[in-house]
Amino acid sequence: MAFPQLARSLIRQRDWSILVDLLVFAVIVAGIYAVMATVRYWMGVATPHVHISRSPAALPVYAFYSLVRMAVAYLLSLVFAVSYGYIAANNRRVEMVMIAVLDILQSIPVLSFLPPVMLSIVALFPTRQVGVELGSIVLIFTGQVWNMAFSFYSSLKSIPRELREAAAINRFSAMQRFIELELPFGTIGLVWNSIVSVAGGWFFLMACEMFVLGNHDFRLPGLGSYLQTAASAGDTAGILWGLGAMVAVIVLIDQLIWRPAIAWSEKFKIEQVESASEVNSPILHLLRNSDVSRWVQKRAVGPLRERLTTRAPGATAVPASRTGNRGRIVGLAVLLALAVIVPYLLVKAALLLKGLNAAELVATLRAAGASFGRVAASLAIASLWAIPAGVAIGSNPRLAKIAQPLAQIAASVPATALFPVVLLGLVRLGGGLGVGSIVLMLLGTQWYVLFNVIAGATAIPTELREAASVFRFTRWQRWRTLVLPGIFPYLVTGLVTASGGAWNASIVAEYFHFQGKTMSTLGLGAQISAATDSGNSEQLLVSTIVMAMLVVSVNRLVWRPMYRLAESRFRLDS
Amino acid sequence: MTPTAEAIIQARAIEKFYGPPEARIQVLAATDLAVYPGEILALLGPSGSGKSTMLRMLSGLASPSSGEVLWHGRPVVGPCPNVSIVFQSFALFPWLTVLDNVEAPLKARGIGEPERMKRALRILDSVGLDGFEQAYPKELSGGMKQRVGFARALVVEPEVLFMDEPFSALDVLTAENLRSELLELWEGKKMPTRAVFIVTHNIEEAVTLADRVVVLGKNPGHVRTDFRVAMQRPRDRQDPPFHEAVDYIYRVLTQPDLVPTPQPEPEAVPAAGAARAKYPMMPHARPGGIAGLLELLADREGRDEIHHLADDLAFEIDDLLPIVEAASLLGFIHVKEGYAELTPEGQRFADAGILRRKELFRVAAERVPLIRQINRALANKADHSMPADFFHDLLDEHFSEEEAERQLETAVTWGRYAELFDRDSSGRFFIPEEAPQTAGDEVGSR
Repeated sequence: MAFPQLARSLIRQRDWSILVDLLVFAVIVAGIYAVMATVRYWMGVATPHVHISRSPAALPVYAFYSLVRMAVAYLLSLVFAVSYGYIAANNRRVEMVMIAVLDILQSIPVLSFLPPVMLSIVALFPTRQVGVELGSIVLIFTGQVWNMAFSFYSSLKSIPRELREAAAINRFSAMQRFIELELPFGTIGLVWNSIVSVAGGWFFLMACEMFVLGNHDFRLPGLGSYLQTAASAGDTAGILWGLGAMVAVIVLIDQLIWRPAIAWSEKFKIEQVESASEVNSPILHLLRNSDVSRWVQKRAVGPLRERLTTRAPGATAVPASRTGNRGRIVGLAVLLALAVIVPYLLVKAALLLKGLNAAELVATLRAAGASFGRVAASLAIASLWAIPAGVAIGSNPRLAKIAQPLAQIAASVPATALFPVVLLGLVRLGGGLGVGSIVLMLLGTQWYVLFNVIAGATAIPTELREAASVFRFTRWQRWRTLVLPGIFPYLVTGLVTASGGAWNASIVAEYFHFQGKTMSTLGLGAQISAATDSGNSEQLLVSTIVMAMLVVSVNRLVWRPMYRLAESRFRLDS
Repeated sequence: MTPTAEAIIQARAIEKFYGPPEARIQVLAATDLAVYPGEILALLGPSGSGKSTMLRMLSGLASPSSGEVLWHGRPVVGPCPNVSIVFQSFALFPWLTVLDNVEAPLKARGIGEPERMKRALRILDSVGLDGFEQAYPKELSGGMKQRVGFARALVVEPEVLFMDEPFSALDVLTAENLRSELLELWEGKKMPTRAVFIVTHNIEEAVTLADRVVVLGKNPGHVRTDFRVAMQRPRDRQDPPFHEAVDYIYRVLTQPDLVPTPQPEPEAVPAAGAARAKYPMMPHARPGGIAGLLELLADREGRDEIHHLADDLAFEIDDLLPIVEAASLLGFIHVKEGYAELTPEGQRFADAGILRRKELFRVAAERVPLIRQINRALANKADHSMPADFFHDLLDEHFSEEEAERQLETAVTWGRYAELFDRDSSGRFFIPEEAPQTAGDEVGSR
């Protein structure tokens, strides 16, 4: 120990550790206070007409309220997704049904639920603020839970057979299997899907916070409502402050939560060799080296894991056949209940739809056509600029270094937060919502196309590029034989996600309360919003069904064949 | 070591089949097999003979479709009470340290912390992993990983140790090293295990390790031969008895129809009811591989021992056998008594240039039922094309879905080489425009 360098480095490490510990304590104290404040606010009396301050000083509090909503919704989603995926993957009897349900729920535009969900939850807690808050949380939840559930399910299904067998032959208890095999295996998928989900969650949260229904005003104090209020008043400084706060929050979450989470999840990679490129996160490094986290690990996590994974002495494994019986009874009961409830609901729905006349139906179909056209137009415009831009960025590492972070920040601002701002511009320019709503859809969807194209262009092997230059391909030939086929699978993925997003956006984009007026245009989304505004439930039902059917059939008829093509003909890896 | 009276694990007429009853696909025909205390039993066979299925049924991981597995005379439900498995892919939990990996089976048995750690450390020590307790599997080399695999399997002191091709993911030297260490543990009674059951496709490995070798045949899996190897250990590969045993196994494996004549000190039980598949299976070999084999044989005066060929090419039987089978199916070679011999056709092929070879292959491929069937169907259609599903349906009656697809893939590889037919990206089979129509017409008019 005679080396001075070594001693110095040891001291430095100690210093860091104390600082981090202090920081962690501060965070904990702040957290406790925040929970108390939130509870007091939530349990407070509902304010019928929320006054949203436009002062920048109010922004931290608003950002905090928005964050709490996100966090609660996300935790709910996580718990639900893990349970749903676990049950579906481990019970062959219900697996098919559960996955089919997931598939359908995933394709229904969540925002069409917004009005009824809001109304019913608020009705549950008529006097407490918690009603409105819960409504928004449930909505974010429905928007972000499905892909997480699906990811966890498919992770569990793709556990290598030999790992499963290793657990089986050693007769792991269900709990030990879950903690030492299934949960770790699903973690990477969960982390990445969480990031996608939370981004989607911001989109819905912004919509929820500015929700006005007929004479009810459900505005929630938060970033979304701040932005809308500022835009409504034409307050440019306020808009800029709001957008700045939004970007700051999203960047902070990325740095403080997602990057450490990704770096941590590297541990769960299944590949048996050490990989060269690793995401590193200084935050994670600090946390790992803090005494507090070590204490938690040793005193709480360790013993808890020990209790959960070690079978109680004396307890023996129950042969699989005995548990099967109980499962069958439960399954049968669920099936029976469904057999009663589903037809009942179907009949009720049919009765409701009987009240609809032909003219209304025709109107719905025309509206569907209009929205469909808008979705298609927004996809076309997005492709038109994002494909060349994405290819340029993806094939030029130097450009990518500058452009990608910028694009990421731009994309991270939820489109719904920008709606009021764009509307303000539209109003000033004197444009209508018919074309304007395409712009609104574009706001959210173009990024999916861009990022996927960038990823696709980066994935084109250098050798193929070089071959194209050696053979002196013309520009057109280069695009046709190299670039377009190369990015095709990525482009399809981007377009599918974008079309889903566009449909969702249509509900907010085609019908908007702004500056005390209702702006709207012909479209399915407008019809859904209008129907809820006027309490016309048959119209709401038929519009939602039409939209869901449209989305599902487009998925089947257009995207699935494209996917198949992408997987068979345009694969680069074989 | 001779088997003492009572078997630890006894399989009685176990069978395995998949699919619905009316169109079931048999993987393993009714088979009896027992594991006795004091023996190392090696299960050999080509791929598709149900070796792994057999291991999984005997260890209780999978249950047989019919028949029963007895553990000390009692029927088994779920995994056998006291066995463990060493896996081909190691199957370590990558997020657990070496120590945690080895402790995991003990946790499942409800053994508490101090005792668990003591036992895990002891076993890690005995497999030479001292000092690696806190490492993660991905930081270890393949050989070290498999040592962890052994430690995890042995830490529960299993009565029967199952091993599923434990050395086949390792390089030759590492495998050799681990094999001898395993024998050391076994011979020195340093492990409390009473029997070892090893699945392998490496013939020399089987003869090096085992007291008893069981060879499986395929379509469906059945026992071809079951004999004892009574040589002293350590065994020398250069010893004549070693050679004889290896040769004997090669002869059994390369001649599917041969009912093995009992060879070195046999207790051979020729398999009862070696059921044959109704539909001949195409061996999964590429035309290039077949051509390579023929050239090699031509270099050696047209005749060589298959055992030799495998040695010289450093091929394991799973690599070489499909090629040998394919060449013999095409009538290019004769396989007899473990020898492969070029036929006149094969000699002509070996001597020919690229285009002539294609012609010879085209004529020879007519002997293969699946190729003939595809060709005839295509030739008889006006537009010379057919959806893949048509042929899939044809094969689905005889093979699992996966195998049917592999069959078609191999057929396409052969058909392409012979310029008989092709398959487009949507999976449709067709006769290419520039294909020599004579081939198709010939077939069509037959």
